Amino acid sequence: MSSNGGMMLTGNAAAAWGARVSDVDYIAAYPITPQTEIVELLSKWVSSGELKARFVEYESEHSMLAGAGGAALAGARAFTATSSQGLAFAFENLYAVSGWRAPMVMVNVSRGLGMPMTLQVDNTDVLSVKDTGWLQLHAETCQEILDFIILAYRLGEDRRVLLPVIVNMDGFFLSFTREPVYVPSVEEVREFLPPYEPPHGIAFSERELAYAPTIILGHSYTYFRYQMHLAALKAKEVFYEISRDFEKIFGRSYSPVEKFMLDDAEYAIVSMNSFTSIIKGAVKRLREEGLSVGVLKINMFRPFPVEEIAEALRGKKGVAVFELNLSTGGGGIIYPELLKALYHLDERPKVVLDFVGGLGGKELTYGEIRYMVRRVIDAYRGGEVSPHATLLFTEEDTRRMIADMELAGKSWGGF
Amino acid sequence: MSRYRGVKDIPEEEYVAPGSALCAGCGAEIIARHMLKVLGRDTIMVNVPGCYAISTLFPYTAVKVPYVFAVFGSGAAVAQGIRDGLDILREKRGVNNDRVNYKVVVYVGDGAAYDIGFQSTSAAIHRNLDFYFVCYDNEAYGNTGFQLSGATPYASMTSTSPPLGDSVGNEYGKKDIFEIWRAHRAPYVATISVSHVTDMLNKFEKAKEFRGPKLFVALSICPTGWGASQEDTVRIARLAVETGMWPLKEAVYGEVKHTFIPRRLKPVEEYLKTQRRFRHLFKPVRRDEEISRIQREVEEYWRRVWEKELNR
Repeated sequence: MSSNGGMMLTGNAAAAWGARVSDVDYIAAYPITPQTEIVELLSKWVSSGELKARFVEYESEHSMLAGAGGAALAGARAFTATSSQGLAFAFENLYAVSGWRAPMVMVNVSRGLGMPMTLQVDNTDVLSVKDTGWLQLHAETCQEILDFIILAYRLGEDRRVLLPVIVNMDGFFLSFTREPVYVPSVEEVREFLPPYEPPHGIAFSERELAYAPTIILGHSYTYFRYQMHLAALKAKEVFYEISRDFEKIFGRSYSPVEKFMLDDAEYAIVSMNSFTSIIKGAVKRLREEGLSVGVLKINMFRPFPVEEIAEALRGKKGVAVFELNLSTGGGGIIYPELLKALYHLDERPKVVLDFVGGLGGKELTYGEIRYMVRRVIDAYRGGEVSPHATLLFTEEDTRRMIADMELAGKSWGGF
Repeated sequence: MSRYRGVKDIPEEEYVAPGSALCAGCGAEIIARHMLKVLGRDTIMVNVPGCYAISTLFPYTAVKVPYVFAVFGSGAAVAQGIRDGLDILREKRGVNNDRVNYKVVVYVGDGAAYDIGFQSTSAAIHRNLDFYFVCYDNEAYGNTGFQLSGATPYASMTSTSPPLGDSVGNEYGKKDIFEIWRAHRAPYVATISVSHVTDMLNKFEKAKEFRGPKLFVALSICPTGWGASQEDTVRIARLAVETGMWPLKEAVYGEVKHTFIPRRLKPVEEYLKTQRRFRHLFKPVRRDEEISRIQREVEEYWRRVWEKELNR
């Protein structure tokens, strides 16, 4: 594989290639839509010998993650992938793997959690595991998926970090969308990502070690938990270091946040993942209409890049947060995190409004993006300000909902 | 022939240190100690929540081999990852054999074996994982204060099956985990008891010959939960075997053979009476119906064994 020409890859294929060029040793698998293509491809490559690794299909995500973590603890470079229900089923093992300080990479193909069951995107799945000790990188494009996987291994395996990493992509919007992706060779990646030899891995350590003994008293529990917190915070600094190395070899660079037409903008839209591309397109049009707006994309959700967000939004008049998630009874999940980054700023934006949209793969229209910006400008000028998230739900959405309810033999009574 | 015939044959090496926080008289400790004497220092123990977790409380550990703690239902899945990880490190990365040449043992209680970890264990057996799975079966959730599990025998009192009013205590029978495992066509499945130590040692020794899942279920006396005297652990275990309530047997690729066949069964009462968890069968009034039901089931079991293995 050469890095000269791009391949047309789906997000899922880009993820599989990311694992392949990272020369993973172990793949723990369990099928779930829309992730399955990733492990199918890896299974094919392991069978054909194109990838020298061990592939095991488990009987559930709960076991799959335990197995992947066990392999990482042994000292192997482990990979797995899941989505929504699978991530939830594996939940307690997320804590186990991070607590073992066993770095590995898991791709989450974001999808809503039932009930009601859906196959479509809702980032509430990945954001509901934000407190588990896993670092989180969120991809907007297929190229980012591949690059973030390579970066994630280097980041997690760094001895100052030693934590597992989730690389997230949006189901369908990215998992099944083909984009040109530059796939580096295994040799090129090896220059960036040396073989994994963890000092505490079973195969590399001294004997008679107890991994994760039970803790009775608060001071030692606090010590180990806080150590993980500091390691996670440290990961941001390490990310800058490794991004510089990454750029030298691959010519692409990444930062915990990305600014798009933001520096000279009076207003900002904050976004994560694939819908950022839709928002970027809309922002170009809004600029043509004379609205001074830019985009701040969050690439890294854990650790949360507080300083970068503060720097990027300092002095803005207003901010709209677009959330492809919903914490019921709370609102958008990014919003409170973002406010934490802004609260102590002298020149903090006067208004920050929260918007929830795109749930279940619902289209995000230009009109909705324009509406978010208009609402923020209006609020800045003295209009309505609310800490509650505004739902993006168009008249067309309402018409379709009424029609569905009629077909189901029920009447529509509004929300 | 049997390698271990008497006390003198028991290996002197100790991989379980004395003085852990386990209850005095705990069967799980005796089993772990003898198991590791046979399996040796090149063993990784995977443990999950349960009584034996108390063996390793930071900053102490009573286990002198590498020990990994997993979540309740994931013992066998973690064992799979460790085994596979070590194997691929040898095959692909050329890691030295003595660094990866471990036996992987999942050492868990009956809650993890019969209930919450049942699925992951079944799947690991199905995938023919080369590992040992050893259940110290104290017939309830001992570590949380003795609640009902899939291993609790009929009529046992537990804290979630109190024998109040008309209740007999546990109204369900004990799951036959030996037969369930045997149905997986595992190379080696065995029952063991702390009262029959050479039998136990020989079974662990024999299991070493097989590649694939090697499965053990051990009757693990729980003095605190069962309401028994801590010095009676071995005596109660012996009564369980001699009354026929805990058969000692093994299955090699599904072929069952009993390793101890009592010619005559002691009455189950002798066993039941040693434990407070069965006291309601005798006091305030004797419950003959329940006692004879237990006796009948044991006799039916042994009639089949005698017929098959002694042509009686």
